[in-house]
Amino acid sequence: MKGFWWKILCVLLLFYTLLMGLIAETPRLPILNESIRNLYFHVPMWFGMMFLLFASTIKAIQYLLQNKNDLDTQSVELANVGIIFGVLGLTTGMIWANYTWGEPWSNDPKQNASAIALLIYLAYFVLRGALKDEQQKARISAVYNIFAFAIYIPLIFILPRLTDSLHPGNGGNPGFNAYDLDNRMRGIFYPAVLGWTLLGFWIVNLRVRLQKIIRHRAEEFANQEKIIAS
Amino acid sequence: MHKLLKEIQTIFLKELYLEWRERYALNGLLLYIAGTTLIVYLSFSLKIRQLNIPTWNALFWIILLFTAINAVAKSFMQERYERLLYYYTLVSPQGLILAKILYNSLLMFVISNIGFIAFAIVLGNPVQDFWLFYLNLTLGSLGFASSLTLVSSIAAKVNNNATLMAILSFPIVLPMILMLMKVSKNALDGLDRSLSTDELLTLLAINLIVLSLSYLLFPFIWRS
Repeated sequence: MKGFWWKILCVLLLFYTLLMGLIAETPRLPILNESIRNLYFHVPMWFGMMFLLFASTIKAIQYLLQNKNDLDTQSVELANVGIIFGVLGLTTGMIWANYTWGEPWSNDPKQNASAIALLIYLAYFVLRGALKDEQQKARISAVYNIFAFAIYIPLIFILPRLTDSLHPGNGGNPGFNAYDLDNRMRGIFYPAVLGWTLLGFWIVNLRVRLQKIIRHRAEEFANQEKIIAS
Repeated sequence: MHKLLKEIQTIFLKELYLEWRERYALNGLLLYIAGTTLIVYLSFSLKIRQLNIPTWNALFWIILLFTAINAVAKSFMQERYERLLYYYTLVSPQGLILAKILYNSLLMFVISNIGFIAFAIVLGNPVQDFWLFYLNLTLGSLGFASSLTLVSSIAAKVNNNATLMAILSFPIVLPMILMLMKVSKNALDGLDRSLSTDELLTLLAINLIVLSLSYLLFPFIWRS
């Protein structure tokens, strides 16, 4: 029970989110209408991505300090799942924006920021693919991870100042203020963020274990070959 | 501290002498800037100055960005493996990266000045607040140099480095170039200077972040 209580919590929260997200009452707002329910599915993707990428950077720092292979694997898998969350957030947002803003891409700072995050971490994977030596791959990609993320943080604050956001609650659009008044939505939104984030970390957990098995199998295979050869 | 300064001075002078003796990088970059400016001129088929201000601004900074990537990429690629090993026995990594950043800043400063002159002559000079523009240009060349030097040391570890250098640097210089374009647009339009102070401070802060990160992170690249 000690190790997997959070997995049960994750499943319960996501069931709650799916069920309540689709059937609960929502405030009637112009333009948004029923699409306001995207708050429970699209916005948590962005939160999850930021948590995962932040954790990936922390693991990269720990790797540089302690030099353990496991930390590198964790850092990579966190970035991997973070990218998947980013892509999901971007696509759900673009489908939603197509109906509410009239076009899938409209130079919104939040859209741009998530596109840049994807750019950083895709470049990170290209870099990893280009390096051959395992040790060198881990160390250099960790350095890039830290460097890029540390510059990404100020960027998130710069972008909204250049162009106003179209997102609900920004630039005079109806949105988050209305949610704040509506405690029913908050009661689903926060569990949704927690649930999706936990799901992200769960996937990371599984992938890290899978990588360990793969590495272990490869080592065993190499040992057997040695035995056969001798 | 004194030792570090001494190291920085020695490596910086060595880079300068090498560059001056061959003048291959500098000449190449000057031609690069002249060539791209001419292409812009021809492709917009400008007879009389008719490039509008946002286009002028965007083209100028994009050309400068690509020139910077090309210029700074050389800083570690031209060093052979054996020579790097030799440095390893002589100097501290901090000294090496700071000296390289200093040298690249100087190089970028010269190149951006020449780029501006070329643009002003060929495409017209719409700048209204010259000193603000110039301060921005200086901050920009320092920023490009300091953020790209660490990336070039990463890219130098990989064989396929020209493409990698570009894709690794785009997300890193993005916040900087957005700020630079904003201030430069203000200077082009001749807006009041108090409108640009926020952006200039942000630029300075980003420069400081990049510098301190390079100082902290370079030893880890160096060791591998």
